[in-house]
Amino acid sequence: MAETALTHTAEAPERLPGWRGIAADWASDQRAFKNVSWGKAMMWIFLLSDTFIFSCFLLSYMTARMSTTVPWPNPSEVFALNFAGKHIPLILIAIMTFILISSSGTMAMAVNFGYRRDRVRTAALMLVTAAFGATFVGMQAFEWTKLIREGVRPWGNPWGAEQFGSSFFMITGFHGTHVTIGVIFLIAIARKVLRGDFDVGRRGFFTSRKGYYEIVEIMGLYWHFVDLVWVFIFALFYLW
Amino acid sequence: MVDIPYDRIADIPPAEVPDVELYHPRSWWTRYVFSQDAKVIAVQYALTASAIGLVALVLSWLMRLQLGFPGTFSFIDANQYLQFITMHGMIMVIYLLTALFLGGFGNYLIPLMVGARDMVFPYVNMLSYWVYLLAVLVLASTFFVPGGPTGAGWTLYPPQAILSGTPGQDWGIILMMSSLILFIIGFTMGGLNYVVTVLQARTRGMTLMRLPLTVWGIFTATVMALLAFPALFVASVMLLLDRLLGTSFFMPSLVEMGTLSKYGGGSPLLFQHLFWFFGHPEVYIVALPAFGIVSDLISTHARKNIFGYRMMVWAIVAIGALSFIVWAHHMYVSGMFPQFGYFFATTTLIIAIPTAIKVYNWVLTLWRGDIHLRVPMLFALGFIITFVNGGLTGLFLGNVVVDVPLSDTMFVVAHFHMVMGVAPIMVVLGAIYHWYPKVTGRMLNDALGKFHFWVTFLGAYLIFFPMHYLGLLGVPRRYFELGDAAFIPPSAHSLNAFISVVALTVGFSQMVFLFNLAWSLFKGEASGGNPWRATTLEWQTPETPPGHGNWGKELPVVYRWAYDYSVPGAEQDFIPQNQPPAATRVVQGAAS
Repeated sequence: MAETALTHTAEAPERLPGWRGIAADWASDQRAFKNVSWGKAMMWIFLLSDTFIFSCFLLSYMTARMSTTVPWPNPSEVFALNFAGKHIPLILIAIMTFILISSSGTMAMAVNFGYRRDRVRTAALMLVTAAFGATFVGMQAFEWTKLIREGVRPWGNPWGAEQFGSSFFMITGFHGTHVTIGVIFLIAIARKVLRGDFDVGRRGFFTSRKGYYEIVEIMGLYWHFVDLVWVFIFALFYLW
Repeated sequence: MVDIPYDRIADIPPAEVPDVELYHPRSWWTRYVFSQDAKVIAVQYALTASAIGLVALVLSWLMRLQLGFPGTFSFIDANQYLQFITMHGMIMVIYLLTALFLGGFGNYLIPLMVGARDMVFPYVNMLSYWVYLLAVLVLASTFFVPGGPTGAGWTLYPPQAILSGTPGQDWGIILMMSSLILFIIGFTMGGLNYVVTVLQARTRGMTLMRLPLTVWGIFTATVMALLAFPALFVASVMLLLDRLLGTSFFMPSLVEMGTLSKYGGGSPLLFQHLFWFFGHPEVYIVALPAFGIVSDLISTHARKNIFGYRMMVWAIVAIGALSFIVWAHHMYVSGMFPQFGYFFATTTLIIAIPTAIKVYNWVLTLWRGDIHLRVPMLFALGFIITFVNGGLTGLFLGNVVVDVPLSDTMFVVAHFHMVMGVAPIMVVLGAIYHWYPKVTGRMLNDALGKFHFWVTFLGAYLIFFPMHYLGLLGVPRRYFELGDAAFIPPSAHSLNAFISVVALTVGFSQMVFLFNLAWSLFKGEASGGNPWRATTLEWQTPETPPGHGNWGKELPVVYRWAYDYSVPGAEQDFIPQNQPPAATRVVQGAAS
């Protein structure tokens, strides 16, 4: 944290009971969220804003899907693969989802080791998370390629409503961009962890501020958010 | 009793204040150009916003020339007229007012008023400005691309926004959307900074309920912007895809120039919902900082505490929350499910309650105050009058049955210019007169300021008040010329000519203001640190203009709310927020 956590408990007046106490505590001086660093607060608020972006995308897609007069292509057919001689619906998407959820697990472990200042394990787990993320994006690219080969375009597709293709490419593309950005930052932060930047207080190249191990947790917040958004996309786009 | 214990933690002992790690500029470039200091970024924001705002002002002159004297000016054709109204609206609402209030005043005042050394993440704050500048440049570039800027109206409704026949269909609309996306990215970086600074970086003793209302207004507006701009972002991306890739998010199948277009199955209404989910909060994103600033101007220059501080805070928060559930009152004639109108009319009228509370409180603050009619106060009073006017016509337009005949008439133009054009600009101007001494260390010229106020205030009234009448006659907005419609009497045409003359006069009188800004920078009377004898922290800085890091070695400690004016028994008619209670008592003892 760039600033010392300063919660002034010794001088605090006695707490009011009930909601008034909560409100007074929240409104008290210096920090609304006690012992929450600036960076973490900023990430939470950014994620709230980003939630609105994804909500708008998904609501627009659902509006298009509900109001179209042309039949909507059946996702379990479209996203089926011939796998080991069998025709399995949604198999690729299931694997992708599994990989992304697993990456949340490795990320959580990285945060844990980060607070223990175990540089090697933290960096290794972050790189594993990044690898999972990159695999996810790679499989998404495979999915795109397959659909494009089958004639799906943003402006039309062989099976029905043209909003299918446009929504699919837009939403998965926007989510994939988030994952890609996450992978890049995971690698960058893993490098800093491994190099010991947070132990020696080395200053950032751009910001010229010192970093702290908490950045691993802030990175984790973003990563878990991207995973959570995928769950909604999975449910609303593929399973509907 | 000199010291009014405003809340339960009135007496806070001075505490060790941690020194915040600051980035110190090492060269001229990092000090004045790529600066990470919020105060420099604020000035950069303000100058950029004003520059593009002047472009929009000139566009409004061109529009008025055409409306007042149709057929006289051959260099304005119908397509250009549509481009002028589009760019005028978009620039004024987003690139001028939003950027100036949040990027300009927010950056300057938040760290100073909450007692911080800078924004929490100065580097991100700097990026915010540069992305904003890029957005402005992309927007300005549309004047020079083939086909010119888009002429779809500032609401950019599809399908017409991207169909051939609308001016700027080839490049204008693409660059407009790109510019909006850039603006939102840039704003988000700045906005996160403002919110976290207010929440987590206040100084010792600065509780939320001791914040000056300026900070409350800017803070709430920024939170709203962070939640409302996503809708515009999504709408911009989708419209851009519709235009560039031929997707049909918003485009139904329709006949374009005699042939069936490639589009089909999209919903133009969806765009309107997304746009107004952003667009209505946007009105309050512009209005709430104005509400906050004007509260402080009135309290300072009437030498009286703001009436009903807590109520003012909750009114700001309530308006912010309510503004997210009123958006479809812009869409009564859009063809949406008609019964939605009941819900949205109800919420719209409910929002009048907290707004009226604020107006009453401003007036009650003035009541029996020691009113100093200095230029900032004049503008604050001008704001109350224009805002009440615009707010009342808003009640007309919020009702479905009244709105339907008035839709798309000059009445709407008059309404929104009064309520979110003239009124916030009054506050912007008043605020510049108020804080210019802090930014530069010199006072603006008073005589020029009073001249500027009277011409602007009376002129703005003369421009927009008659427009209500034109609207009631049925004169439509956005029309290049009115022709010989039977329902428009000849007097309406002379009224239009009158409005145009006044508009040009008011426009040119702003040059007096610009001259004043430039002249006072070098020749203005030295102001000292606290020329208005105000209580808030920004006037208590050790240096004026405040140096890098704002405060000297130690951050100020806050002991009281921001409105201790004319406290009975106190030696002076104001007590700064960082004056300890004990010091006041000693002074009182000495005085008596």
